[in-house]
Amino acid sequence: MIELRKVYLDHSATTPVRPEVAELVREYMTRCFGNPSSVHSFGREAKAGLTKAREQAAGAIGAHTEEIIFTSGGTEADNLALRGAAYAYANKGKHLITSAVEHHAVLDTCKELEKEGYSLTVLPVDEYGLIRMNDLRRAITPETILISVMHVNNEVGTIEPIEEIGALAKERGILFHTDAVQSLGKIPIDVKKMNIDLLSASGHKIYGPKGTGFLYAKRGIKLHPLVFGGGQERKLRPGTENLPGIVGLGLAAALAVREMDMETARLQKLRDYMIKEILEKINDVQLNGHPDIRVSSNVNISFKYVEGESLLLSLDMKGIAASSGSACTSGSLDPSHVLTAMGICHEVAHGSVRMTLGHDNTEEDIKYVLEALPPIVDRLRAMSPLYQQNRKECAGCTLKK
Amino acid sequence: MYTEKVMDHFTNPRNVGEIENANGVGEVGNASCGDIMRIYLLVEDNIIKDIKFKTFGCGAAIATSSMVTEMVKGRTLAEALEVTNKAIAEALGGLPPVKMHCSNLAADALKRAIEDYQAGQAS
Ligand SMILES: Cc1ncc(COP(=O)(O)O)c(C=O)c1O
Ligand code: FES
Repeated sequence: MIELRKVYLDHSATTPVRPEVAELVREYMTRCFGNPSSVHSFGREAKAGLTKAREQAAGAIGAHTEEIIFTSGGTEADNLALRGAAYAYANKGKHLITSAVEHHAVLDTCKELEKEGYSLTVLPVDEYGLIRMNDLRRAITPETILISVMHVNNEVGTIEPIEEIGALAKERGILFHTDAVQSLGKIPIDVKKMNIDLLSASGHKIYGPKGTGFLYAKRGIKLHPLVFGGGQERKLRPGTENLPGIVGLGLAAALAVREMDMETARLQKLRDYMIKEILEKINDVQLNGHPDIRVSSNVNISFKYVEGESLLLSLDMKGIAASSGSACTSGSLDPSHVLTAMGICHEVAHGSVRMTLGHDNTEEDIKYVLEALPPIVDRLRAMSPLYQQNRKECAGCTLKK
Repeated sequence: MYTEKVMDHFTNPRNVGEIENANGVGEVGNASCGDIMRIYLLVEDNIIKDIKFKTFGCGAAIATSSMVTEMVKGRTLAEALEVTNKAIAEALGGLPPVKMHCSNLAADALKRAIEDYQAGQAS
């Protein structure tokens, strides 16, 4: 039997660890196992690894080393940024601004702060998932202490105008946090030029280990720690460092940034080819997200009259791994909050499939997917009571709850 | 996440389609996630001679639709009305807890179709 071709198109969910990174992680688990806080040679060696990783992380975003706080991932970095700053600056004001398309690590943290007595403005987005600068300007009050808008959206790949937001925040003396989990290594980041005060990053989206990440916090910014203990990470994240993870994250970040230009150009070509072919080959489809202001790795398409989970299952049987914004895949049985915020009706959100490209994907892979996809869509549509009923597109959004 | 039986019914669904001269049709929408199922019946002498379905929904929804048609084809209406969503799920070797509601869809659509048939007979 010939082996089924495997095509992994879920790089926004997670990525495989690069072999050279895995090798380094192993080295810091076995040989250089010391505690960076110890004075002896084992400790000093570990400390050197920690220092280097900090330089690599800082270098990837144009920051100073003392501005990097290693965390357990993007979620913790978002929490530390938002709650840490909200608590530290509560005496200045208690108003926060974020966007409707943020990752739950930001949105739910903001909502939690709202319960604790902060006021929250959630900015709407346009049909492409972009916030409007005018909405942001209008939302700012004398009480506003923090704006949090992500760099690249994890579901639709839309790139938010973070440089403009940074400039505005600076002018008004408001802190600006951006969740850069989906942009690091894909889009150049310069925290100084972009006036970013706080930035979250995650290791497992850049071919580093899971459970690793960092928060960049600009010099002079006060943060209230979320956990208490030893003096590690300037007391902002106490506890013996996850050194193997941290050195892996550092190397992964350095490599991602070094290879960014070439890889971005390559992926963008694959992405555009894939989008063009799907839109041409299959009828009743729509691209979700912005056609151009879009990260190189993201393809998000709605196949109308088809439900996303059944599409994913069918793709999986062909060895193709993707994800969906369908209510049926969400656990909560709600459609993606991102697609909903973009004004995409329930029916179309249902048929959304996200395919995110990465290192291992070749043109052959994409051709294989483009061949597998149309018969799958045809089969499911033939089963769908919604198809070929001459109903007007989204007539009254019959599927709305 | 799904049993082999579910995957089998999802991959090779039985009785998909429409019946042109159906004498009972039932459509239900799923309040939980917004999916839709339609069942067509051809009833003769109180027996389900033919049954077909169309479903817009997840793997579990498609599999339960397929399973319910198989369970009631050739049965009397009274027997068909006794099929519960639990029985359908069990026949499939079980469903993940978050997917139990999908089996309601199949049982409800069948019930609606039978009611539609009976309403047609009464008039
Ligand atoms: C935009 C964004 N923020 C935060 C996270 C969470 O990162 P982590 O999985 O490292 O906690 C993710 C990953 O799912 C993400 O895509
Ligand atoms: S039909 Fe939506 S979850 Fe099963």
